[in-house]
Amino acid sequence: MELIWKSLPRLFDGALLTVEITAVSVALGLLAAVPLALLRLSHNPFLRLPVYAYIFYFRGTPFIVQLFLIYYGSGQFRDTLESVGLWIFFREAYFCAVLTLTLNTAAYTAEIFRGAIQGVPFGEIEAARACGMSRGLLYRRIILPKALRLALPAYSNEVVFLLQTTSIVSIIALLDLTGVARVIIARSFEPYKLFLTAAVFYLVMTYGVLYIFKKVEFWLSGHLRERPDDSVKAAALR
Amino acid sequence: MAVALLLGLIGAWGKLSSAPATRLAAETYTTVIRGVPELILILIVYYGVPTLIQDVAATMGFDIFVDFNSFIAGFLTIGFVYGAFATEVFRGAYQAVPRGQIEAAYAIGMSRILMARRILLPQMWRFALPGLGNVWMVLIKATALISVIQLPELMRNTDIAARAVRQPFTFFFAASLIYLAITVVSMVVQQRGEVWANRGVRRS
Repeated sequence: MELIWKSLPRLFDGALLTVEITAVSVALGLLAAVPLALLRLSHNPFLRLPVYAYIFYFRGTPFIVQLFLIYYGSGQFRDTLESVGLWIFFREAYFCAVLTLTLNTAAYTAEIFRGAIQGVPFGEIEAARACGMSRGLLYRRIILPKALRLALPAYSNEVVFLLQTTSIVSIIALLDLTGVARVIIARSFEPYKLFLTAAVFYLVMTYGVLYIFKKVEFWLSGHLRERPDDSVKAAALR
Repeated sequence: MAVALLLGLIGAWGKLSSAPATRLAAETYTTVIRGVPELILILIVYYGVPTLIQDVAATMGFDIFVDFNSFIAGFLTIGFVYGAFATEVFRGAYQAVPRGQIEAAYAIGMSRILMARRILLPQMWRFALPGLGNVWMVLIKATALISVIQLPELMRNTDIAARAVRQPFTFFFAASLIYLAITVVSMVVQQRGEVWANRGVRRS
């Protein structure tokens, strides 16, 4: 018990790194995912097929393979990377972890958005066209806002999975929550106590993320709820 | 996967059971497992559980040495984790079977087991297959994590080979293609399975 108490501050630091990596990858992945989803739906095969291949590859292979491919695999191209000055990035475990997580989550998120964009009722698109909206305006005002709402439940799952996937970056010696727990265990030989504490940390973070998404969903679905004021409804019925 | 399926069925039964204790147990199981990364759970089972058993035994005056085989630890954890996911799939499938059919089965005097065997399970497969297919795909990819506890599976062997010839990119890329191939084959099998399970359904 005392050991757990003493290692709490360090575990907390690790949890902060976990949150940081998750947040950065989620943000970058989200930025990449929207254009990717649009390209994936494009009618031009030269735009659609490469994006399809990218999504298929990243969804079809384990994260740990992707991470090793980028972190260890980049070493094979060290000379080339050094000559273009990118080696300083690929040398850093942090950079490789965030890059892999971003590529991974962008693929999954793009697929979620594709489903959501296709789920926008065709009548709404037709109505927008009938109003004379241009394609850009149609996407900006009708399709994307609606798709965002449709995608939210699936997207919250993806963020939770990403949060849990970050535990794998401890394998390339990053001191995230799992990494810190492993370092302390290597010295104290008390595996279950620390891993269980780390598990509790993850549990709290996971349900924290889910709570935030629930709030956002509630906030975005205001127009679908009944009015809180009953007198308005009663007046309308009368 | 077999462990996961079995646990999933038990878990779904527990969640839908009328006894609050079993429901609570099943609820805790899925909540905890889905909130904690697999890697942590694998490490807990492989490194944690043996020491836990040893410590408990030591307080009772026994001095034993427990060590898990990494294969057993690996498939127990993976089965345990994906059992929780399968639980949710089965629960959804059970709820998708129309209530009236279950009532009708009872009305013509079927016992609970006969009803489950003849009415519930054949239809649950139909609803559960897409979800189980997803669980299977994620599970295949999760097996790569077992390499962390040194089980010589695809990932671990790739790692060893890549270090030996110093061509990590080539080898990890080859490994990723093998995983991709497994995924493609699973997709085909899943599609066949769905066609088979839906053979009695009329399509418009």
